Amino acid sequence: MDGTRVSGRAVGRAVGRVAGYAAMAVVCAFILLPFVWMVLSSLKPNNEVFMVPVRWLPSTWHWEHYAQIWTKADMGTWLLNTVFFAVVVMLLQVATGSFAAYGFSKIAFPGRNTLFLVYVATMAVPWQAYMIPQFKMLSVIGLNDTRWSIILLQAFGAFGVFMMKQFYDTIPDELAEAARLDGMSEFGIWARIIVPLSGPSIAALAIITFTNTWNDYMGPLLYLRSPDLYTIQLGLKTFISQYDADYAMIMTGSVLSVLPILVVFLLGQKQFIEGIATSGMKG
Amino acid sequence: MGAQDLAGRGGGARDNSAHVRTLRNRNIRNGLLFIAPNFIGFLVLILIPVVTLFYTSFTKWSALGEPSFNGLANWRRLFADENFKTATLNTLYYAAVHIPLTLALAFGLAVLLNAKIRGRAFFRTVAFFPYITAIVAVAQVWSMMFDPKSGLINQFLGLFVDDLPGWLSSTSWAMPAVIIVGTWREVGYFMILLLAGLQTIPAELYEAAQVDGANGWQRFWHVTVPCMWPTLFFVTVTLTITSLKILDLTLVMTNGGPGISTLVLAQYVYRVAFERADFGYASTVSLMLFFICLAVTMLQFWINNRRERA
Repeated sequence: MDGTRVSGRAVGRAVGRVAGYAAMAVVCAFILLPFVWMVLSSLKPNNEVFMVPVRWLPSTWHWEHYAQIWTKADMGTWLLNTVFFAVVVMLLQVATGSFAAYGFSKIAFPGRNTLFLVYVATMAVPWQAYMIPQFKMLSVIGLNDTRWSIILLQAFGAFGVFMMKQFYDTIPDELAEAARLDGMSEFGIWARIIVPLSGPSIAALAIITFTNTWNDYMGPLLYLRSPDLYTIQLGLKTFISQYDADYAMIMTGSVLSVLPILVVFLLGQKQFIEGIATSGMKG
Repeated sequence: MGAQDLAGRGGGARDNSAHVRTLRNRNIRNGLLFIAPNFIGFLVLILIPVVTLFYTSFTKWSALGEPSFNGLANWRRLFADENFKTATLNTLYYAAVHIPLTLALAFGLAVLLNAKIRGRAFFRTVAFFPYITAIVAVAQVWSMMFDPKSGLINQFLGLFVDDLPGWLSSTSWAMPAVIIVGTWREVGYFMILLLAGLQTIPAELYEAAQVDGANGWQRFWHVTVPCMWPTLFFVTVTLTITSLKILDLTLVMTNGGPGISTLVLAQYVYRVAFERADFGYASTVSLMLFFICLAVTMLQFWINNRRERA
């Protein structure tokens, strides 16, 4: 095509392209706006958060909010508790999930399809529907308001088993068969052949579990009463109701509650997104 | 070693039925051993509560003590309960707007991102931010932005219209506000699922359509949509369940208010159980929530099957 005569189709394509970029820019702005507003508000003097007309940039930047919040609220305890829960749940979910997935994917035993179907079927039952019997049961055995409640609540989800099985099914059975012929135990095959091959999907499951546990609000709300067990979500919520007019400080706490998970996501987003895409897809 | 070898080849030899049996037994033992750590937790914490629910919905069960059977009393109460009716209607309202809105936006964005455009990776990352952000911070920021007088949103709308919505302080505008936040939050997640589906469509199909003279719009309706049907179906089912069980968003953002204008089913369960300690009746409401999810999913499967046969 020479530069002087541009065909109608090319013009159409260029218009489409510009429209596409414009749509993307608008959506991007819509998605990011609350984040931008949250960060900017956390750095404003309190009376500038709700100004009419809106004042985007603070007149003076109050970085000290990020130092003060540690004494105003029990942020340190909340963050530490949350990290503890997220790490323990992540380890348990990855270990038991990949273990069970190996059983479902690589060992042919009668009834395994039925058993797996039970797993998949309960994935469709919303937690909201069985949270009551679960709560009463854990309360009866005295685990209400203990660290155990949150760990048990999150660690044995069917999702991890399902996701790992999807991945193990793509590893050829011949690999496990050959190792069996060489006399390797099932545990050995799992530990030395399958796990080393499944790095990306283990990373995906680990990141997804970590994020879910970090962000969980309902679990801690139902089970945790003692302030020294509070997670960041529960803590932030109580902080908001205590300092309900201290808008800048509330935004500071919100930023701090979101930031760690944003960093985790940015570091592992490839695994995260692929994990979601593949385990979501084959359902 | 020999036994496994023979069994692995289908066991045609004379004397290997015993070997097959040992292998089978060993497989049962090993299989169950591997599954056990997860399964025991799963059984105790998920399966048993789910099954128990069917019984406790027929009981009177307060904060202390055991559930005691009370026949159909809970169910009679349920069908006369105005709050339950409102909560069901609110849930359906949320679902009826949230599902098509999220699906359309997510699909549109996925198609856009599937084209080779610059900034695609950046956009994919950004679109996922709301989904991984915890609900408490999300609800707080949006509540402040929805402030009727000095919030960002009404200040912007004030440039165009005079009659501004009261958002979270108005019984008719609170639900739209919740829906906006719900959509903002979930669109990126469903976009990723749809994008993964789009990437499995073979490029040859588009090339063939182009050779036949189909324009972009025709290619979308006659290639993209039919190929995406299984993915769209799966996403719709997931999205429906997510919408019907909505809880933490309304709990933190509106606490069901103003009045009970955003009280949804799952939050009604929470209220009855944890604010009134009426666990028996709360089980009945939970079971209804479960049945509604089940019925909608089955309906969707039925429609999908009919469509595939047609």
